[in-house]
Amino acid sequence: MYQIGKIIGQRVALGALTLWIVSIVIFAGVQFLPGDIATEILGRSATPEAVAAIRKSLGLDVPAHIRYFQWLGSILQGNFGTALANGRDIAELIRPRFINTLLLALSAAVISVPLALLGGIVAALYRNTIVDRSINIVTLASISFPEFFVGYVLILFLSVQAGILPSMSDVDSSTALVDRLIAMALPSLTLAVVVLAHMMRMTRTSIINVLGNQYIETARLKGLPERRVLVGHALPNALAPIANVIVMNLAYLITGVVVVEVVFVYPGLGQLIVDSVQKRDIPVVQACSLIFAATYVVLNLIADILSIVTNPRLLHPK
Amino acid sequence: MSKDYDVTKSWEANRRRFLQTAGMLGLAAAGATSGIFAAHAQTAQPKKGGHFKIGVGSGSTSDSLDPGTYAETFMYILGHGLHSYLTEVDVNGNLVGELAESWEPSKDAKTWTFKLRSGVEFHNGKSLTAADVIASINHHRGKDSKSAAKDILKSVTDVKADGNETVVVNLTEGNVDFPYLMEYYQLPIMPEKDGKADASGVGCGGYVLDTIDFGVKASAKKFANYWKPNAAWFDSIEILAIRDVTARTNALTTGQIDAMDRCDLKTIHLLERNKMLEIASVSGTQHYVFPMLVDVAPFDNVDVRLALKYAIDREQILKTMLSGYGQIGNDHPIASTNRFFAKDLPQRVYDPEKAKFHLKKAGLGDLNIQLSASDAAYTGAVDAATLYQQEASKAGISIDVVREPADGYYDNVWMKKPFSTNYWGGRPTADWMFTTTYAAEASWNETHWKNPRFNELLVAARSELDDGKRLEMYTEMQKLCSDEGGAVIPVFANYINALSRNVGHDKIATNWDLDGFRCFERWWRADS
Repeated sequence: MYQIGKIIGQRVALGALTLWIVSIVIFAGVQFLPGDIATEILGRSATPEAVAAIRKSLGLDVPAHIRYFQWLGSILQGNFGTALANGRDIAELIRPRFINTLLLALSAAVISVPLALLGGIVAALYRNTIVDRSINIVTLASISFPEFFVGYVLILFLSVQAGILPSMSDVDSSTALVDRLIAMALPSLTLAVVVLAHMMRMTRTSIINVLGNQYIETARLKGLPERRVLVGHALPNALAPIANVIVMNLAYLITGVVVVEVVFVYPGLGQLIVDSVQKRDIPVVQACSLIFAATYVVLNLIADILSIVTNPRLLHPK
Repeated sequence: MSKDYDVTKSWEANRRRFLQTAGMLGLAAAGATSGIFAAHAQTAQPKKGGHFKIGVGSGSTSDSLDPGTYAETFMYILGHGLHSYLTEVDVNGNLVGELAESWEPSKDAKTWTFKLRSGVEFHNGKSLTAADVIASINHHRGKDSKSAAKDILKSVTDVKADGNETVVVNLTEGNVDFPYLMEYYQLPIMPEKDGKADASGVGCGGYVLDTIDFGVKASAKKFANYWKPNAAWFDSIEILAIRDVTARTNALTTGQIDAMDRCDLKTIHLLERNKMLEIASVSGTQHYVFPMLVDVAPFDNVDVRLALKYAIDREQILKTMLSGYGQIGNDHPIASTNRFFAKDLPQRVYDPEKAKFHLKKAGLGDLNIQLSASDAAYTGAVDAATLYQQEASKAGISIDVVREPADGYYDNVWMKKPFSTNYWGGRPTADWMFTTTYAAEASWNETHWKNPRFNELLVAARSELDDGKRLEMYTEMQKLCSDEGGAVIPVFANYINALSRNVGHDKIATNWDLDGFRCFERWWRADS
């Protein structure tokens, strides 16, 4: 147990270091965007004096490295600052959007993870048969289509023609849970379809890899049925890579769904970051980027811990 | 509003472009005599009640309720729902009073006296007084104002009350069109609070703001004490920001919204077939421009400019770019719905021979020029430039279309490269439009054109009270602009909305999109 604690401690420290480096990269990156909020606000009417006045009032005339430390300092105190474009508190701005994004990712995961595991196990069980190949073809085909295409196809059949589900996810904080689930059905399905193949194929491959081991041979010689060999003996040892892939996909569901948000008019974090980049609302962009980075770091941490817990051998590196 | 005509691919670029031009988005022909494509009424009798939900292709997280920051349709129509204005352009294009019952200019049109309507109540129970109007106008003025409407009120020297119900505005120079400015979407009347305008969304319009989630949606409820009779029929209204035109169209065809703006021109023929929907399209003032810098060779030669004007096939551009939803332009920025439109000015048509003739007159056998195009100007700008290239080649003009990056287009390319692409939403009056982009000293004089006669007429027409004389002046100015100016203006685009058949409306105004941005006030539910 002590060793697990130590390893977790190490990983957390590494995660914090990563986040710090990311914060520098983010800050440097947004400095390279052409123009700034002053020129974006003024547009075609930007005169040098007006630009200077706005920059001054927003504190943009201070050198970049000083601004970086000011920003870092307030983030560490949990203060994301206020949006340049309209002076609203960034934490207030982000919270409902982030909750929406998390809910969408969660519902997509609830659909796709069990399906992926089940599909992967079935494919491994009937490997190289027609079942395996059909599963492969269907999932690979679905991952090959761009998200918006999958979205539009689902809208066409389920919304426009069948009229079962709404084409638009009109949700807000007052929406009841059931209505919310119905509104989120199509975007969740779209995302589930998009991430399914990756997880399913990883499940299949890791199980098949493990199946070559001698202890599996032993289990079979004991006379266990193939299902029990797979689920009871092979799967636990194959979990580490599967967990990794699932976590990577979860991170993708949280950070990379702006296209799906646009297609289904879903008020998530992606739209906020796009708006903010366009307006050069740097504090919001930085806060969103940092949240995305933190999501990756935390989820990877969870994947690592899961791998170690399910496979104690990793505690003793050779 | 160019984005309008696109699928998903470049909504960002267009949104961006909107932000950049927010300050200059004037789209109207106030004073229009009649809408050419005026949509017909669906039911003659308006009905009260019901919920109305509209999806618009705009709205941003960075919006705010301060009218000085209004950018794009989302806030413009919400603003007209929450607020009333001093004046209003009615569906026939006539300027009528809204909060102002009447107005009177001094002889030199330098001083304007507005008599306010009595019995008007704000949502917070306060009654309208002259102080509210003064605070609302001053909200956009002064050194510290960041309002995009600051420029419009630049000529105002002071605003004074004369009793509780009269407001006197003094201007630096005579301006006959001043009451038209008071209709501008950024100048609603807000209640005064401690000497300042309360820009928190409280107004005296037909609807009281209920909830707003910027960049997502807003809702409002009917204001029980609304002063205007026969208006604001709905019980409640809702606006959704749906930037993706496909998503907007899906929402409308599946009945999730009752109306949408900016239909996709590529698929509009499919929408037209849908019996549940009505396409409401009226001619607008928005127009596409290829500006040439007239102080840069070879564009400093008026014959080269004329050659280029004859070398563009306007009909073709209207057909391919706008699916026919527009009007042919005549190289001046005044729309056919404007009351000072020069009807008798001959329409310039595609004529490669004439183009060659003018080239020869300029002493050139052929012409090689670069055209800097970007979809930042409007969706399809690069396509339009390519089309122009092909048409002009028949006149011996070789146009090299340079694709410029969308980011920073207005900082680095427009008004800097000698021949570029641009788009204007238009302005409500002829004076306003010309002053914005064609006056010698205008900061957006995108062609660097400085014609003494034109500028003389511009100043004279501004303070001329006789409409007959003004028409003569504006006609001459349009001719000058068309024959000598540096802008190639091939087409004017329509405003195109799609409505469910359950939505009733009268004739649709042409001064702005969505019935003069007053859809919440003027439309009703036919099925309620």
